[in-house]
Amino acid sequence: MRDDHGLDDAMTAVPKIAAPRARRLPATPGQIVLALAIAAFLLLFLVLPVGTVLHAAFTEKGTGSFTLINFYDFVRTELFMRSLWNSFYVSAMSVVWASVFALPLAYLTTRFEFRGAAIVQTLGFLPLIMPPFVGAVAMQLFFGRNGSINLLLDDWFGFKIGFMEGLNGVVLVQSIHYFPFILINLSAALRNIDRAMEEAAQNLGCSGFRLFRRIVFPLALPGYLAGASLVFVKVFDDLATPLLLNVKDMLAPQAYLRVTSIGIADPMGYVISVVLIAASVLAMWLSAAALKGRDYATTQRGGGGLARRRMTAREAVFGYAIVLLVLALVLAPHLGLLLLSFATVWSFSPLPDGYTVAHYARVFGESSLYIKNTLIYATLAGGIDVVLGVAIAYLVLRTKLVGREWLDWAASAALAIPGVVLGIGYLRSFYGITLPDGTPLAALWITIVLALAIRRLPYALRACHAALQQVSVSLEEAAENLGATKARTVRRVVVPLMAGGILAGFVTSFATAAVELSATLMLVQSNSDAPLAYGLYVFMQSAAGRGPGAALGVVAVLLVALCTYLSHLVIERGQKAKGQGH
Amino acid sequence: MNAAVRATPAVSVDIEGVNLSYGDNHVLKDVGLAIRPGEFFAFLGPSGCGKTTLLRLIAGFNQADTGRVLIGGSDISRLPPWKRDVGMVFQSYALWPHMTVGANVAFGLEEKGVPRAEIARRVDEALAMVGLAHLAGRRPSQLSGGQQQRVAVARTIAVEPKVLLLDEPLSNLDAKMRVQVRRELRDLQQRLGLTTIFVTHDQEEANTICDRIAVMNDGTVQQVGTPMELYERPANLFVANFLGTANILDGRLVGSGGERAFLLGDGLSLPVPAGAVLPAQPKLLFRPQHAALEPPGAVAGEAPVLPATIARYEFLGATIRYGVAVGGAEIAVDVPFRSGRDLYAVGAPVGLRLAAQSLCWMER
Repeated sequence: MRDDHGLDDAMTAVPKIAAPRARRLPATPGQIVLALAIAAFLLLFLVLPVGTVLHAAFTEKGTGSFTLINFYDFVRTELFMRSLWNSFYVSAMSVVWASVFALPLAYLTTRFEFRGAAIVQTLGFLPLIMPPFVGAVAMQLFFGRNGSINLLLDDWFGFKIGFMEGLNGVVLVQSIHYFPFILINLSAALRNIDRAMEEAAQNLGCSGFRLFRRIVFPLALPGYLAGASLVFVKVFDDLATPLLLNVKDMLAPQAYLRVTSIGIADPMGYVISVVLIAASVLAMWLSAAALKGRDYATTQRGGGGLARRRMTAREAVFGYAIVLLVLALVLAPHLGLLLLSFATVWSFSPLPDGYTVAHYARVFGESSLYIKNTLIYATLAGGIDVVLGVAIAYLVLRTKLVGREWLDWAASAALAIPGVVLGIGYLRSFYGITLPDGTPLAALWITIVLALAIRRLPYALRACHAALQQVSVSLEEAAENLGATKARTVRRVVVPLMAGGILAGFVTSFATAAVELSATLMLVQSNSDAPLAYGLYVFMQSAAGRGPGAALGVVAVLLVALCTYLSHLVIERGQKAKGQGH
Repeated sequence: MNAAVRATPAVSVDIEGVNLSYGDNHVLKDVGLAIRPGEFFAFLGPSGCGKTTLLRLIAGFNQADTGRVLIGGSDISRLPPWKRDVGMVFQSYALWPHMTVGANVAFGLEEKGVPRAEIARRVDEALAMVGLAHLAGRRPSQLSGGQQQRVAVARTIAVEPKVLLLDEPLSNLDAKMRVQVRRELRDLQQRLGLTTIFVTHDQEEANTICDRIAVMNDGTVQQVGTPMELYERPANLFVANFLGTANILDGRLVGSGGERAFLLGDGLSLPVPAGAVLPAQPKLLFRPQHAALEPPGAVAGEAPVLPATIARYEFLGATIRYGVAVGGAEIAVDVPFRSGRDLYAVGAPVGLRLAAQSLCWMER
């Protein structure tokens, strides 16, 4: 082997082998077909409706030529400018109040030896699994002009506080509903701070509040900003809460009212939609720009979180008092809803006059249709989301297909599209298309499912993406090496290993789709096709419907909580089983 | 440039009767140490031996149940970490990612209320001392591991602490960087004359840069001494095994006075040198390079020769390590490698010669 010819061969062998590789397809035909199918789906049900909205906003009514006149009209109309300002004000104030609720809970439970920290963190999630507009009704009963608190205040001190007057009500309901986003992100950020970060500062002479201001707070800031921007966007886009609280001069309600009262030909609804999209994109871009280069989690090695300090007796009393107060406040909607669902009459009194189970009987009798519809819609939407999520994640992470990032990008872009805008887009795009028997496509219940699926796709995609990233490529290569084709490898190795992430994605989609109303409010054409959230909305609009509405709300909360808990159990068991295998 | 940094004289560090428990876990057991001014001192031991706990105790991050810590003769046991004036370099470096390198180094000076102009000068000086003056504007995440380590050192020495604590500072570096950085650390410590305590589980690190070492195990100090003292005269089996490779042979002491012998297995016996001080039930300890191999049947000189068999060999570069079966045990013998010299084959009978002055006797 040591002769000169052998050496020559070895030196020239490399380019010889490389040459025939030049013409090779970047992906298998199956992968290309899959990518095209996903692209078609996204084009049809996301790009087309949103494009239609944009097109309508920039074209002159009648002639169809490009114009900015609609935007000029928007700026000139006092109502719209006031709505824009109100939406901005409510979103900003909701962020402020949500921060006020979230900060003490996050700080106390992560920095101190706090008994029941896990319970506090779990209860903190609760507001998220109830549609905010449902909580709005319960909040009226506690905090409204003639609610429990104001009646008591009036009795004892002779004055009332306008918690729920006008925009205040929207701010209060939204901040209570969305504060978990800040709590979750901020707690995670605080927990991820390397203990040595704090100790290094102490070692150099820093302590007390200066330590918090110079080290702890800046390190937790990215987490806080991520949560705060999410709250801002969610509140800006929410439709049902202001409507239910009878606040009409905000942007999302205006868009809805223009389209439903004046008709889908009126351009102002589309102009408002474009403003809504622009605001969402702007808020997300700003937070992304602020967070750039601040992904501190990856630069910290140690971990273990900050040192937890034992509280002195006085601090403990103070700390628990604050936590209990905040918890009472954020759980008030649930408590109110529960009381209302059992109440005979509840008006002008701190507590209901009497109790009954009649509302539940009614809900499970005539309104069980809503529950059935919701289960079908949310299951289908969640199913579509995880199938698309796994497929897109696989194409992005495991193939070299040209343009695969575009699929990822398009699917994630749904985050920036407010529900009401998607609803308007679907109406505009699919109302003109009719089936052979004359019903418009937009009136079919499957449209609701598709809208829900598109709305929740970004969350499911992130879950699937993360799950696939954790599956080592060598596991797939081992399967292929033993003779499995790409498709069989996916089925027998990749999907089973991703199961936990897929289930998490499904539950996120299912649970949030089950209580979604922004997009569906516009798309429900008949009561028999209505999902639970729509039924709730209809019930809650009349005083007589509040009892059954509350009962339906309790059912919705329990349904979502149960599904989330079950999936949590399944994921835990799966992880344990995998852990024992090693 | 360097002389300006250090004006205060070096101080001693004394640890007296320190005990520390976490619940039932007795982490430090009656630890006492006297570290001299300007000394480069190591806490060496396996993980879980209490060395990092002891270091953190000096920095004030752990509280002792009993005992005290004195720096320059004054008791600092009751002071919080931020008043101790003890500089610590963390294992993870703990560079704050939201600040630039320069801001990281300036932090401690700002906390001390040093005037702004002087802060700028001392930051430059500290960074220049570790050779990173040109990187003051970077973020820690833009630096390599070795650079981050040097910034962590600069941040600590910028405040001119009385004592420098290094918590496994080389463990996050690759093998090549480790050798380079440990030399730099030694040079820096020599220039500053700063009392320095270095925590490590790596005997080579401790041997190469420290003046003295405290070997720790299971919460107690096993032995304190210079690297060579510890290697030549280990106080017990733990120290002997932890520092380098040791051959340890079991046996029985027979005879008395000048006629003592150490009985190994298989009926072999080793005469005990006259005047050697032995415990009642001794074990025999020697290093692999203190034994020699000869062809069987060679004439016995002054050192005893035992009949043995080659069980295996490993080529280590400069030496060949033979596994030699003798008296029912297997020991390691290092022989310098020279090309052209024949190897002993596995199974070959050999004579094992032990140099009397290199034998160590210790308690069973």
